[in-house]
Amino acid sequence: MKRSWIKGSALAGLTLLAGTATAEELSKYNMRPGVTEISHSVYDLHMLLFWICVAIGVVVFGAIFWSIIHHRKSAGHQAAQFHESTRLEIGWTLIPTLILITMAYPATKTLIAMYDTGGEDMSIEVRGYQWKWQYKYLDEDLNGTFGFFSSLATPQDEIHNKSAKGEHYLLEVDKPLRIPANRKVRFLLTAEDVIHSWWVPDFGMKRDAIPGIINDMWAIVPEPGVYRGQCTELCGKDHGFMPVVVEVLPEAEFDAWYAEQLQAEEVRKEALSKTFTTDELMAQGEQVYGTFCAACHQPNGQGMPPVFPALAGSAIATGPLDAHLDIVLNGKAGTAMQAFGKQLDAAQIAAVVYYERHSWGNNTGDIVQPSDVIAHTSGQ
Amino acid sequence: MSEVVVSHHDEHHDHGPDKGLARWLFTTNHKDIGTLYLWFSFTMFMIGGVMALIIRTELFQPGLQFVDPAFFNQMTTNHGLIMVFGAIMPAFVGLANWLVPMMVGAPDMALPRMNNLSFWILPFAFAMLISTLFMEGGGPNFGWTFYAPLSTTYAPDTVTFFIFGVHMMGASSIMGSINIIATILNMRAPGMTLMKMPLFVWTWLITAYLLLAVMPVLAGAVTMMLFDIHFGTSFFNAAGGGDPVMFQHIFWFFGHPEVYIMILPAFGIVSQIIPTFARKPLFGYDSMVYATASIAFLSFIVWAHHMFTVGMPLAGQLFFMYATMLIAVPTGVKVFNWAATMWQGSMTFETPMLFAIAFVVLFTIGGFSGLMLAITPADYQYHDTYFVVAHFHYVLVPGALFSIIAAVYYWLPKWCGRMYDESLGKLHFWLSFIGVNVTFFPQHFSGLAGMPRRIPDYALQFADFNMLSSIGAYIFGFSQLIFLYLIIKTIRSGEPATDRVWEGAHGLEWTLPSPAPYHSFTHPPKVTDAEAHS
Repeated sequence: MKRSWIKGSALAGLTLLAGTATAEELSKYNMRPGVTEISHSVYDLHMLLFWICVAIGVVVFGAIFWSIIHHRKSAGHQAAQFHESTRLEIGWTLIPTLILITMAYPATKTLIAMYDTGGEDMSIEVRGYQWKWQYKYLDEDLNGTFGFFSSLATPQDEIHNKSAKGEHYLLEVDKPLRIPANRKVRFLLTAEDVIHSWWVPDFGMKRDAIPGIINDMWAIVPEPGVYRGQCTELCGKDHGFMPVVVEVLPEAEFDAWYAEQLQAEEVRKEALSKTFTTDELMAQGEQVYGTFCAACHQPNGQGMPPVFPALAGSAIATGPLDAHLDIVLNGKAGTAMQAFGKQLDAAQIAAVVYYERHSWGNNTGDIVQPSDVIAHTSGQ
Repeated sequence: MSEVVVSHHDEHHDHGPDKGLARWLFTTNHKDIGTLYLWFSFTMFMIGGVMALIIRTELFQPGLQFVDPAFFNQMTTNHGLIMVFGAIMPAFVGLANWLVPMMVGAPDMALPRMNNLSFWILPFAFAMLISTLFMEGGGPNFGWTFYAPLSTTYAPDTVTFFIFGVHMMGASSIMGSINIIATILNMRAPGMTLMKMPLFVWTWLITAYLLLAVMPVLAGAVTMMLFDIHFGTSFFNAAGGGDPVMFQHIFWFFGHPEVYIMILPAFGIVSQIIPTFARKPLFGYDSMVYATASIAFLSFIVWAHHMFTVGMPLAGQLFFMYATMLIAVPTGVKVFNWAATMWQGSMTFETPMLFAIAFVVLFTIGGFSGLMLAITPADYQYHDTYFVVAHFHYVLVPGALFSIIAAVYYWLPKWCGRMYDESLGKLHFWLSFIGVNVTFFPQHFSGLAGMPRRIPDYALQFADFNMLSSIGAYIFGFSQLIFLYLIIKTIRSGEPATDRVWEGAHGLEWTLPSPAPYHSFTHPPKVTDAEAHS
């Protein structure tokens, strides 16, 4: 009894493996059918278009190659002198028009279905930054509950060919977006700096994330699993290094995780009134710096002048604390320096500013606590 | 056949060119200026080609090997800008300069001094653009489409040079197109009515109007950028009440007619070459003219199909989808007409014909992917992937570029009075044909599999196709050196060409001696049925 069960599941596993292998093979050179109803109808539409093009190609190229082979001078063919035929011209105007209509009909139907963004079970704000994504889970009134950043997790050594590349090279993040299976999730897309584009091929939809504009799209994913995509609008230096990873969890599992996150959010809020030791500030600061600052100012604080200035020995990181807090919180207009006040909380700002003032030879000796950051913000 | 009596050489007032550098700097002769345009275009083609090879070298394998991402972005941007504005467009203007006066039976272009100016702006514009690569902060790195705010708030300081460069190119194009329109409308020989003009002249006339209509729009877009960057306006800055999407609307209102500016003259060239080597008149002259005009009109109402993902309302998406699909109809008419011209002909396959046939087939493949891209729901999956890269390279390389190469082979004997080496030409064709397909066909696959464009490094599943693509790019790139060698060899030591050059050639340019005299037709030629469409 037990053995047959093992045998059965092994067989099922094999079939499944074989199934995914062929799907994987196929997706190397064709569009992925994807996992949502929409992505399936997009795939069907794509294949319809493809076969129509193939059919037209066979006819047109067939005629051209036929005349290349048979109507050549070296084969002794004499040139006919016919030209102009209104009947033919009308024919090859009308027939393509009819073919176009057969394509337009399913396309319109699919497009209308895609635009049906109402009736969602939950909404998530997706915000593009140079070069990472921020995900915020919204409540029913579209107010933020909790959120986090999601950035590339592939080590620099793999990118610079110093170590072997992993299976999900460039398609892996530190913290994937998590959504529940079988629920209609509506994504509200926008951007902080330049235009980005959020794309998970398996969901069959792509929308630009544009500063100052909120776009929306949606997905109902029946299959739990990990789905990977990339930013698809040129957004500067590290455009190729901001993947999108979505982990679809079974509903119950998602609900448990969601409740956990809400609790963690409470803990985070408490930290804002805490006083940290210098070691805690250094440790937390280094982590924040690595995620948010190092891409431009570089891990060694040397920056990439002139666009990204050095922090080591810089007038700001060794000068008055207020000015340093100001540029980190509010950014610098007309430059690539972002306003991190919107991205980081007071505890993180305090830590990273402390870290910058006490690293790479900088040593101002002053201590920065979350309360200082809050005082600075409210003092403005 | 040739009833035209052309007076040249022995006439006293018919002076030849100046000597030395002055000939090229101060020339007002349409042939000299055409030559300048063509050599300039070839130089830019080589520079843009080196950039393409840098891109393909970096993409040969996954990982960062040769260039850093910041420089990679400068390469993709400048490759695009140089190929579009420096290689393809000036090549067509060069061909128009050489051919339009000869084809309509005129002595020269209508506005010769402006002709000189419109060429000599270009080297300065491109010297300035390319010099930014050596400046602090690097050159333009925001893609040839330069979407705001990446090209404004987040751009390197050198963007101001880029803006000035684009303004200069635009001024050059506008002057060039005014000249072409003035020549075609005013300088045709008696009897050369509009509906008797060669199709190359027709397509250029329509192209020149497109240029006049959209280059000022491009100038407006870059001027608004300039103001956003330096004078505190917020046209495209959301934080100041501006709209980044408006930039894209303005850009593509220029950009979509622009892509037809790069293909309509190609249609004209192919419509000249195929009848010659099929020894059979063009199947449907009138419908070719009407199809060209329809494509030109439609090009103004489809621009937002480049922006299906920006979040337009459903009605807008549907309008732009349907309008875009309509373009397939006149384009199909053209392809069917070329096929019908070859049908029952008596074809020979000299190098210009090979490039022209390759144009028809491969441009049609680019048309198919274009049709697929027009379908909005499918476009969401294709948009900004390598599928798009494959699509526009198919219409621009074996499309526009092949037509230019075909034109050079076809008219070179008329220009310099010498025949090119046919077997070398065929070698050039086959290497280019194989190279182009090995480069760009696999990009359809990597795009469908999900590889975004404009990335310096990619996930492992795209590795095979990228390697193949890079190998193809090397074959294609280096085989263009054969072309250069062949042209120089022809000019220096080619066999003398006959006046008619090709057995099946018709048109006024073939009634002139080879090489064509410095001033084309000092007396208006008689337009016979044999030399004009009737």
